[in-house]
Amino acid sequence: MRLFTPAPAMGALPREERLPQRSNALPWLIFALCFAMLPHLFNQPPWVVAMAALAMGWRALAHWGRMPMPGRWLLVLLTLVATGLVVTQYGTLFGRDAGVALLILMTGLKLLETRGFRDAMLGVFLGYFVVITNFFYSQEIPLALYMVAAVFATTAALVRLNAGDGAQPWRESLSLAGLMLAQALPLMIILFLLFPRLPGPLWGMPQDESAGITGLSDSMSPGSISELLQSDAPAFRVSFAGDIPDQNLRYWRGPVFWEYDGRTWRFGRDRGEATPQPVTIDEDDIFTYTVNLEPHDGRWLLALDIPLTTPQDARMTADHDLVSRRPVRSLIQYSVSSLPNMPLEPVLSDHRRSAALALPDGTAPRARALARSWREAHEDDGAVVGAALSHFNQEPFFYTLSPPSLPRDPVDQFLFESRAGFCEHYASAFVVLMRAAGIPARVVTGYQGGEYNRMGDYLLIRQSDAHAWAEVWLEDRGWVRVDPTAAVAPDRIEQGVRAALSDDAGLPDYMLRSLDWGAIRLQFELWRDSLDYYWSGWVLAFGPERQAELLERLGLGRLDWRGMITLMVVLIGLVVLVFAAIFLWRNRLPVADPLSLVYRRFCRRLGRWGLTRSAHEPPMAFAQRVGRERPDLAEPVMAFTQEYVALRYGSRPDPERFRRLRRLLREVRPRRTLQ
Amino acid sequence: MKTATAWLGRTHQGLRERAIRWITRGQRPEGRQLTLDRRCIYILPTRQGYTFALVLVVMLLGAINYSNSMAFMLTFLLAALGANSMWHTHRNLLGLRITRQPATPVFAGQTAQFTYTVDNPSRVSRRGLLLEAPEQSPTEFSVGARENTPVTLNLRARRRGVLRPGRLRLHTRYPLGLFRAWSWLNFDESVLIYPQPIPVEQTPSGDGEDTEPQATRNRAGEEFTGVRAYAPGDSPRRLDWKALARTGDMYTKEFHELQGGQTWLDWEHLPAADVETRLSMLCHLVLEAHGKKLRFGLRMPGVEIEPATGERHRQRCLEQLACFALPAGESP
Repeated sequence: MRLFTPAPAMGALPREERLPQRSNALPWLIFALCFAMLPHLFNQPPWVVAMAALAMGWRALAHWGRMPMPGRWLLVLLTLVATGLVVTQYGTLFGRDAGVALLILMTGLKLLETRGFRDAMLGVFLGYFVVITNFFYSQEIPLALYMVAAVFATTAALVRLNAGDGAQPWRESLSLAGLMLAQALPLMIILFLLFPRLPGPLWGMPQDESAGITGLSDSMSPGSISELLQSDAPAFRVSFAGDIPDQNLRYWRGPVFWEYDGRTWRFGRDRGEATPQPVTIDEDDIFTYTVNLEPHDGRWLLALDIPLTTPQDARMTADHDLVSRRPVRSLIQYSVSSLPNMPLEPVLSDHRRSAALALPDGTAPRARALARSWREAHEDDGAVVGAALSHFNQEPFFYTLSPPSLPRDPVDQFLFESRAGFCEHYASAFVVLMRAAGIPARVVTGYQGGEYNRMGDYLLIRQSDAHAWAEVWLEDRGWVRVDPTAAVAPDRIEQGVRAALSDDAGLPDYMLRSLDWGAIRLQFELWRDSLDYYWSGWVLAFGPERQAELLERLGLGRLDWRGMITLMVVLIGLVVLVFAAIFLWRNRLPVADPLSLVYRRFCRRLGRWGLTRSAHEPPMAFAQRVGRERPDLAEPVMAFTQEYVALRYGSRPDPERFRRLRRLLREVRPRRTLQ
Repeated sequence: MKTATAWLGRTHQGLRERAIRWITRGQRPEGRQLTLDRRCIYILPTRQGYTFALVLVVMLLGAINYSNSMAFMLTFLLAALGANSMWHTHRNLLGLRITRQPATPVFAGQTAQFTYTVDNPSRVSRRGLLLEAPEQSPTEFSVGARENTPVTLNLRARRRGVLRPGRLRLHTRYPLGLFRAWSWLNFDESVLIYPQPIPVEQTPSGDGEDTEPQATRNRAGEEFTGVRAYAPGDSPRRLDWKALARTGDMYTKEFHELQGGQTWLDWEHLPAADVETRLSMLCHLVLEAHGKKLRFGLRMPGVEIEPATGERHRQRCLEQLACFALPAGESP
């Protein structure tokens, strides 16, 4: 059992299976693989990439004869250790993270045991796999650019691997790899646009795929939104067909909660379907827009309060929130029309009314007492709402992102002790107060606000715009939006979170730095985000819907998959034809070899003096005849012909002599005789 | 089971041979030179090419499953790259001009060298080219843009007679290794293989009066007549060392015999019965007699070469030995 074997003896392999030694193809490949693995340092524990890099570094040293190669038993041991470490880290070998870790480690170990050409080719393919796994973590522009470089490096290593043992100039490997990738672009674009897209997934995605995706959750308890408020990640972007709604109308409707257990808000039991209701609509009040929604792993689709239409593959619940058929796990795009202040549910059924009034027994006794006092003071429901809002406005309530924790009874503690919190505290307390006063009420979560991007003409809504508000049901008016946070911190609604806070405590970093950098920074942010917007809208969200839309825009109507494949094949055929024409033109065969061309020029030159060589005449015989007929030409013609014959029938090609032959051709002209 | 496998193997081999014969049915043996045009270049995916296709399918499934646009993009880019590599691999052979160089006869047991000049008239360099004779390991080479390079195949000359390198295969998988393009080079060429010399004790039996080998060893009795190109079998003592130092090429000094001794190398007087052994012995005797500057003749069944001296005479005798009683199909 040997742990090490000497550096690979290439002689043992057949000629074609050997690795090029002099051109260092293997170190090139190792470099490319390390390059492609590097971004996984952010996605994986550092030891994964480090171990693979060490294994490949070892192989590179063996290539230069500085290290022995590991023996078979050592490799088996290393493989077992690597697999064991992955299992220890993730508890499984399957799923995205464990799978990628395993791929990286096995790529490193495969390179370590590489002896011949086949192993190295497999290493190249594994390298392309490592590149694709990066995209399962991020598809941002910088990473995409980085991966273009990684594919380029891997392809250059592949070229070098196949170039044979003669040392290929490094420029040649790089330029050929670049040229081949550039030539592949037209075909790639056609395939990307027209290859029939199936709506994924084909098989279930393990839980870890969605880890790290942020967004609203399907329940609301104290503190659940505050994490979102710290994040400047984009939640979605909206581009409007016409006017953009004013700041105070920018309520983006998400999940609506009915059930309260004293601490947490949840969906109602029966979310039902929206029933179409006759409303008189003024077309001018309708907003039509397209949303690019970042993945959030939930099913809801955000829409401007209140959505009128339902996008494809989604439904509208009785609460007028939009629910997708599939969890949103990649960036998607959809179009909606909305009518702000549309009356909702003018008639409330009895069981929905009782659900909208339910409060768990024994919770919030002080809040109930307060609500009862308002009820006694005011006959009108609207007046009770007004009393509650002025209570928030006049009592010393504060808006803060870092409220004290409320361990016992969150509503009572908040209303009568801490009096400090943010949207979800206010919304939750307000709904409890309304229900206690006998007014049907519910909590609506979503986002509020949005920055307008002038360059891209769209609104950017970040996770930090997450918001919660209340809806109360009033006779004759249906559900009416009430935002208690606005009563406490009107600036939150008018100008966003930043303005609503009295100090910077708990403010996310990105908001702080915008104070110092000013306009240039802002401009740059605008520019960067509009780039992201087009990238995510046209590249990342390119799926079955966008594909159909593109074809329709091109005037091709709705093509089914057969039509799409036909179009794709036709376009590919056209591209191939163009390439073939260029290829044939550039590689047309020369009429004759250089030597024959020179001889042909020689014959043409003699033709000028009426000396034509007949087809059967060998060069030497022709030269002798010329010598007899034109003694003044004899000497240069003979010199040329002798050199030509020597080159043509000689044993070795000789560029020096070929140049001499050309010189001799120039000498072929009549000698001036002194007479 | 074993016989079935062997039978399958043979049938496969036979089918393969027949397929190749059918594909190349229109081809005649080339003369001295040939240019690879589109019609004589064949291309098929390599084993790695099929692996690559499999990798792409897996990538595509992953992209569909995760609805990942960048994964789609990469998969399609690699697919297009693979298709593109077919053109480049084909182009790597296209337009190459291969010129056969005359081969020098060798003795059986030695290595015959077949040299070809590969000329690349195009503006791109051709790399990773392999030239191989049937059942021989290939010779690898590259040709730069507008350059040419000699490529030598070393073939072991096993027995005397005529050695043909057969149909050569020029192939490449450059630049990506996913496809292999190849072309058959069917030169009409052969080289003579002289019998392997076997020392024989018996002195060449003369037919009488003038046989006096001792006398001819005397250098004083010879007159220097000039130099000529070195040929295998020449005595190193006659090498023109000065010319070798000056030019790097080997020349042999020629001397002319003044006194005429003459000897017959005779088939009938050899201490062996077997044809090949006799030829080998005669070969040795020819070389020895030539080396000693003897005036010698060669007598074999049906062949008689009058006594003479000199390089041409030696060559003529060796040719006769190489071609002696060859089957009709194997003559040069």
